[in-house]
Amino acid sequence: MPTTVPGARGEGGPPRRGRARSLNVAAIAAADRFFLFVVHAAVGLFVFVVGLLFVELVRQSWPAIQAFGFKFLWTSQWNPVTQQFGALPLIYGTVVSSAIAIVLAGVVGVLAAAYLAEFAPGWIARPLGFAIELLAAVPSVVFGLWGLFVLAPFVRTILGPFLQHTLGFLPIFQGPISGVGLLTAGLVLALMILPTVTAISREVIVAIGTDLREASMSLGATKWETVARVVLPASRIGIFGAIVLGLGRALGETIATTMVIGNRPEIAASLFAPSYTLASVIANEFTEANGALYVSALVELGLLLFVVSFIVNGAARLLLWIVMREKK
Amino acid sequence: MTPERAAPVKSKVGLRHTTSIAGTFLTAACASIGAISLLCILGYVAVQGFRAIDIAFVTALPVPAGESGGGVANGIVGTAITVGLAVIIATPIGLLSGLFLALFGRGWFPEVVRFLSDVLSGIPSIAIGLFAYGLLVAPFRHFSALAASFAFALLMLPLILRTSEEAVRSVPRAVREGALALGLSELSATMRIVVPAARPAIITGLLLAIARVTGETAPLLFTAFGSQFWELNPTQPMAQLPLQVFTYAISSYRSWHEQAWAGALLLILAVLVLNILARVVLTPRSQR
Amino acid sequence: MNEADNAKAVDVPLRVAGLSAYYGARQAVADVSMAFVPNSVTALMGPSGCGKTTILRCLNRIHEILPGAYARGQVLLGGEDVYDSGMSVIELRRRVGMVFQRANPFPTLSILGNVTAGLSRRLPAGEKLRMAEKALRSAALWEEVKDKLHKPASALSGGQQQRLCIARALAVEPEVLLMDEPTSSLDPISTLSIEELMTVLAAEYAIVVVTHNMQQAARVSKYSAFMLADETGVGRLIEMDETTRIFTKPSDRRTEDYITGRFG
Repeated sequence: MPTTVPGARGEGGPPRRGRARSLNVAAIAAADRFFLFVVHAAVGLFVFVVGLLFVELVRQSWPAIQAFGFKFLWTSQWNPVTQQFGALPLIYGTVVSSAIAIVLAGVVGVLAAAYLAEFAPGWIARPLGFAIELLAAVPSVVFGLWGLFVLAPFVRTILGPFLQHTLGFLPIFQGPISGVGLLTAGLVLALMILPTVTAISREVIVAIGTDLREASMSLGATKWETVARVVLPASRIGIFGAIVLGLGRALGETIATTMVIGNRPEIAASLFAPSYTLASVIANEFTEANGALYVSALVELGLLLFVVSFIVNGAARLLLWIVMREKK
Repeated sequence: MTPERAAPVKSKVGLRHTTSIAGTFLTAACASIGAISLLCILGYVAVQGFRAIDIAFVTALPVPAGESGGGVANGIVGTAITVGLAVIIATPIGLLSGLFLALFGRGWFPEVVRFLSDVLSGIPSIAIGLFAYGLLVAPFRHFSALAASFAFALLMLPLILRTSEEAVRSVPRAVREGALALGLSELSATMRIVVPAARPAIITGLLLAIARVTGETAPLLFTAFGSQFWELNPTQPMAQLPLQVFTYAISSYRSWHEQAWAGALLLILAVLVLNILARVVLTPRSQR
Repeated sequence: MNEADNAKAVDVPLRVAGLSAYYGARQAVADVSMAFVPNSVTALMGPSGCGKTTILRCLNRIHEILPGAYARGQVLLGGEDVYDSGMSVIELRRRVGMVFQRANPFPTLSILGNVTAGLSRRLPAGEKLRMAEKALRSAALWEEVKDKLHKPASALSGGQQQRLCIARALAVEPEVLLMDEPTSSLDPISTLSIEELMTVLAAEYAIVVVTHNMQQAARVSKYSAFMLADETGVGRLIEMDETTRIFTKPSDRRTEDYITGRFG
């Protein structure tokens, strides 16, 4: 095959360059346009579906919204029989169980993150971190199963009586202990959100701690003093964000909570009492709900969950974004 | 320094040192709580589960409580079908959207997409189940595994999107530039050169997304709904393993409780295998 | 600004007229006009930030891959303006090949796959192999890889990978070869072998090489262009002439300062 020299010495026209050049440029350009179209279509579909989700939830809960208005949020009657749907006992159960979860997971998780980030040598930190991550992978129905058959009896026979014996003067620890209830649900939720709180706190501590750690240690502070008085306080915004993220998880958790909370829509002072959460009631009653208003009320609970998780997660991510952005 | 002055300083240092050691132990204990809980849960599932598991369990259909020989075979198959369909739905959209974000990173629209992905990942799965119900169950007046796959796909999308974007981004810019400088079209450069280079990370993300929805129960309650029989048609209600575990666990029959443990064992094994696979696929590359 | 005098005499395959390049709001290069003589090596040199790489990347329109980057002015390939919407970017990049600063073999393709990556996929395997051999011979790499064509490109050394990238660019039979500091990440021995390669390839192609190494420019190029960023950071062409003349009797004071090492 003749190879021609590039058009020098006055030879006219672009030289023939062999088969490498014989491409259908128009077809390639068309294929490119199609590719870009497909990519944009996929993204458009994604955006559309997420938007549709919100719209659908609002649309389906509209009858209940119209019927009850904002009273829905503070009416304490959840009675399908009389078609009285007030979400207050459900909000109470959700809030209290989640509160227990974030208090426990917050303390344990942040300290665990401090250990993994600051104290633990690499050969411990890696497997230990991996184990905690694996905890996040456990399906919630398995958590519920374990909670129901292992943790609930434990609460009923050991932990409950112990708390009642020592702290029984507090109303939250009074009353009959059946094993299922707010406390057990809170404990299970705490375990479920522990990996989130730990992992994110650890990232924050690692990102923020480096300069401060060295400065503090070089001033003669002990490891603990460095962590407790310098690194953790400096990371507190990010840690708060991690805990809020965990809260978001806890609020929406359905199956594990349903299995250990007792499913009774009542507001009681005791943590041993059975309760009900927003997500649990949807799970338990949706398929048997008769009547459009009943269904609509349940969907409105779903909408409430959506909005709350949106706000909580949004706040958490904002906090974390602020903190991590400065470090990048 | 006089001897009288030395003593208080020394004991203060000692106290600080002891406090530091105590602090190390305290935080280590907290870190252990997570690991110990995992072992406790895995242990119970393993012990109780193995006790109740046998070949019949994996191959037979459910039987009424009290009868022996029941199994969750239809649930295993049903979960496999549902998750499989979810992968088929979610992967193209998630991968292409991740490509979009990697290629057109800046700008208001990519930020909106990222924001929506974050929002979606935070929505409780039960709310997503309600959405799937409203869209795919109510209009057709019957439950279906397809509706469950749709819900699962929504749960998987943020994960696939994020990991795909990161995977394509982590391919060095020089590779894409080299491909384009060679005269390859955007399509060729992306699909023949860049995406294959990102493949291990993309697969890892996919495995993790599958692990995320395996065992997810809440959306199934009003999408796939469950069944006592064999069903391979995704447009019909279908048995699902997590649903069976749930139903058996909250029942009052002992034999069903045992089966719940066995089913939980299967779920945990599947999830563990997927997580470990994901790590194995990614790690050799990242250690390069 | 001077142009090479002989450029007016012969038919040049590639010339630039009044080219300005921007990264979003920031102007990187202003009003550059150059001609690149065929069958020779032209060196673009200057201190960091003078815009020489930007100019190079405008020649095959790789510059605009960066979001927000664009160019104004003309780049004429065989008389046609490549920024004219009539010319396809893909067509352009096949006629103007590029080799990058760091060797960038495609990680998931074999050595053979890399070399043939730019060829039409419909070519029969035998034809592809033949063209690959030709390109690898031109890049002085054939003997070293002919027995391991199906091994991954990462198995090669740095210098070999760069020659692989050269072979890959040559396989599509371009008219012009752009090289962006091709030896800056290589050891001295590999550097020398690539420089030898450049001299050999100059017999068939117009080569434009960006280099911050003056000695390299003096060694390999027939023509040199010296660029400098002005006070506002915008790169401009200061002087362009035969290399021997630039290095012995530069017309501009700033060129002389650069060559004698007073800065850059």
